[in-house]
Amino acid sequence: MAELVAVIASTHHPFYYRASTATGEDRPPFADEWVRKVEAFRETLTKARPDVLVMVGSDHFHQLWLDNMPQFLVGKAPFYDANFYNEEREFGLPRMLLTGQEDLSAYVLREGLDAGFDLAFSNELRIDHSITCPIITLRPQNDLPIVPIYTNIFAPPLPQPKRFVQLGRTIRQLIESWPENKRVAVIGTGHLSLELGGPRQFGPTGPDPQFDRKAVEWIASGDIEGCLAEVTLDSLHLPGNATHGFMDFMLMMGVAGEGRKADYVDTYDLFHTMEAYFTWYPNGGRS
Amino acid sequence: MSKYLLNKFLFTVDRDPDLVERYREDPRATVTMWEDTYANRILNCTDGESSTWLRFDDVEREALATHDYPALFELGAHPFLTLTLFIAMFERDHEPLGFQTEYARRLGHMTLPYPDIAT
Repeated sequence: MAELVAVIASTHHPFYYRASTATGEDRPPFADEWVRKVEAFRETLTKARPDVLVMVGSDHFHQLWLDNMPQFLVGKAPFYDANFYNEEREFGLPRMLLTGQEDLSAYVLREGLDAGFDLAFSNELRIDHSITCPIITLRPQNDLPIVPIYTNIFAPPLPQPKRFVQLGRTIRQLIESWPENKRVAVIGTGHLSLELGGPRQFGPTGPDPQFDRKAVEWIASGDIEGCLAEVTLDSLHLPGNATHGFMDFMLMMGVAGEGRKADYVDTYDLFHTMEAYFTWYPNGGRS
Repeated sequence: MSKYLLNKFLFTVDRDPDLVERYREDPRATVTMWEDTYANRILNCTDGESSTWLRFDDVEREALATHDYPALFELGAHPFLTLTLFIAMFERDHEPLGFQTEYARRLGHMTLPYPDIAT
């Protein structure tokens, strides 16, 4: 059976690549501390020695569109091209090619359908910065096969928050029942409070620092029930109009488990958003 | 009103470097051209299977033709699409993050609840 060796949740700030590679006058003042935090976070994945990465993210209207929008989609392809023209344009992100773990994709689809999730799939998925940013930060050598899972946090109507938690629990069950002797890590990215295209965007902090502090505490302590008691599709508009990406953090809480404290927690208050990094070791981090 | 068509405009222009530049330089002509030739293209089909019924109303057409992103926000266009395309066109004219903060300032009269972005 496969072993779930690490569960990792983080933000996916697309400016990291440009900030961390900039030199001289182009290098922003916050870059060195940001790199230090990301490299420490990277070590939490490295020491888990994964063979496969299951990666949860959200397409930002790059490939998935309003003419045919899935709620939850699993990539099932041998390779994934990555990053789009407008991500090169805005964030300087490089074009990438990732390898797929196609047999695990097939297993997640079959068993996920049977477990009650009507998952969509794609045999030709180009992935965007919600999945390439954690590759850049956590596995820059890009040497591990992936199973990408996309969620709709973007195009109403959206699934309810509890559905994200349930999918996270199911993903964990599917990985732990996968009959292959592989070490699997699940990496998911989302947002804390965030406003994009609205009047509260690009302030000196995230639009709702109070929500951010509360959200970090929910995640760090594994307080799924407390989180579900306060978070609704309507309430997520209040901390910022793009805060529904927080539901991908809720999905990762589902993977980690109720009441399961994160083994590693770090945050970094950047302009317009708070970066947040969490790692759980389901088996205590033993190698 | 067609929020879907507004979003389709923003989506298809944002992903095409030539259309981004045409829309920056001559928005009214680009909107006219786009409505004539792009609006009814079904994105995953050949032209022979195009739609027949999609068109902007006058308010939507004018908002696009005047680069009026506060109006697009009020009409319920998806704010991520609007922001991304307008950054592509106008960030170059400002100091770093200057356009984004100006964008927020011009929307400063908006309060919660924001317009519904469901299509």
